[in-house]
Amino acid sequence: MELTLKIWRQKGPNDKGGFKTYKHTHVSPDMSFLEMLDVLNTELIKKGEEPVHFDHDCREGICGMCSLYINGRPHGPLQTTTCQLHMRSFRDGQTITIEPWRAKPFPIIKDLVVDRSAFERIQQAGGYISVNTGGVPDGNEIPIPKKIADEAMDAATCIGCGACVAACKNASAMLFVSAKVSQLALLPQGKPERKERVERMVAQMDAEGFGACTNTRACEAECPKGISVTNIARLNREYYSAMLSSYEIASKGGGD
Amino acid sequence: MMNWFTRFITSTLGRKLIMALTGLFLILFLAVHLTGNLQLLKNDGGQAFNIYAEFMSTNPLIQFISKGNFAFILIHVLLSLYLTVQNRKARGAERYAVSSAKSSIWASRNMGILGTLILIFLVVHLKDFWAQMHFGSVAVVNYNGHDVRDLAALVDYWFAKEWYVALYVFCMAALAFHLWHGFTSAFQTLGLNHLKYNPVINFVGKAFALIVPALFAWIPIAMYFNI
Repeated sequence: MELTLKIWRQKGPNDKGGFKTYKHTHVSPDMSFLEMLDVLNTELIKKGEEPVHFDHDCREGICGMCSLYINGRPHGPLQTTTCQLHMRSFRDGQTITIEPWRAKPFPIIKDLVVDRSAFERIQQAGGYISVNTGGVPDGNEIPIPKKIADEAMDAATCIGCGACVAACKNASAMLFVSAKVSQLALLPQGKPERKERVERMVAQMDAEGFGACTNTRACEAECPKGISVTNIARLNREYYSAMLSSYEIASKGGGD
Repeated sequence: MMNWFTRFITSTLGRKLIMALTGLFLILFLAVHLTGNLQLLKNDGGQAFNIYAEFMSTNPLIQFISKGNFAFILIHVLLSLYLTVQNRKARGAERYAVSSAKSSIWASRNMGILGTLILIFLVVHLKDFWAQMHFGSVAVVNYNGHDVRDLAALVDYWFAKEWYVALYVFCMAALAFHLWHGFTSAFQTLGLNHLKYNPVINFVGKAFALIVPALFAWIPIAMYFNI
């Protein structure tokens, strides 16, 4: 296969950046998209040029590290991660435009690498449960209906890649936040911090500067893990009820 | 530290909640307005419509709700402007060079444009009918000893002009698209997404989005062609 690649090149966070076109003549349809870029980079290094920087780690579709906005869609034409996308999904002679995730809370570090620490900070704000020390509780001690366990598991499959933010016209992070909130809100283990969690995670999401949800459902369509927007409805419910009913932590001093 | 309520309604989720609630109120308003307008199709020289219009503009409760309605329209418009600016900012200075938008429906991505068309219509509509009724001069007719302003004649006047009928119908199409996404979207924002109720919400939402603007648009067409 022969391909024309239009790749976003940017030297650093403050560089203006721009597209550079590359002819790629050594592409096999069996290559993964990242392998195709590896081959391109090998050629660039041989020529003494700077290789294209992009995020990747496990290359098994479970770590959430790879990104890339390929021909106008996050993770390319299939609903999968870029590492699981193969070149057979493209035509010989096709032009492929590769861009980084574009969102103000995801600043570009270099080329196609963006800083997704905003997601980490949202997680740290409330995406945890308290586990007490002591004897190991029996696994079946707390009965959880199968349906609820399944829904929590579905939400927990979110790998935090940020495709939802990249796909959303508002760069909204609500699919990510809703998955993380749902996963814990559905299970008994998540109950103690339930209200506090959603309040804090939404506050952090807003502080990071992500947009608001307009229910276009583009996130759901592009999510490599197929996280459903029903989670966003749950996030809304959780947030409204938490804000309207949680005990406000306001110390006036003195009292018990 | 901000008061909890202020924090609630100024969060992205709180703002969306206000958009959804005001939107749903305006949907109710549309339904009421349509029932009134349909009186124009009666072959009674506009009597039923005029009596309805007189009731709507004099009843104290309706007057109170109408003030709220204006406030909700204003909130819905201003908040959407604010959210649109914020949402564009969230994308960052550099936009995507290539954008394939197949993953969402057209109406959902263009609520702002559709809303602007509806707002332009609303301004024209208020100027020609509401302001004329309240501040301008309207002929008076007498039904069984009661003097009633002849709003039906004013409607007749405007709906005899091709461009006005065309503008009306075009804007009702914009309203249909706006409702197509807005109705169901409001329920999702309220957090009302449940397998048992989704089919009902979707059916009612889509039916409302098609039928209500179609009936609104039918009235000027019928009056223009004297059907």
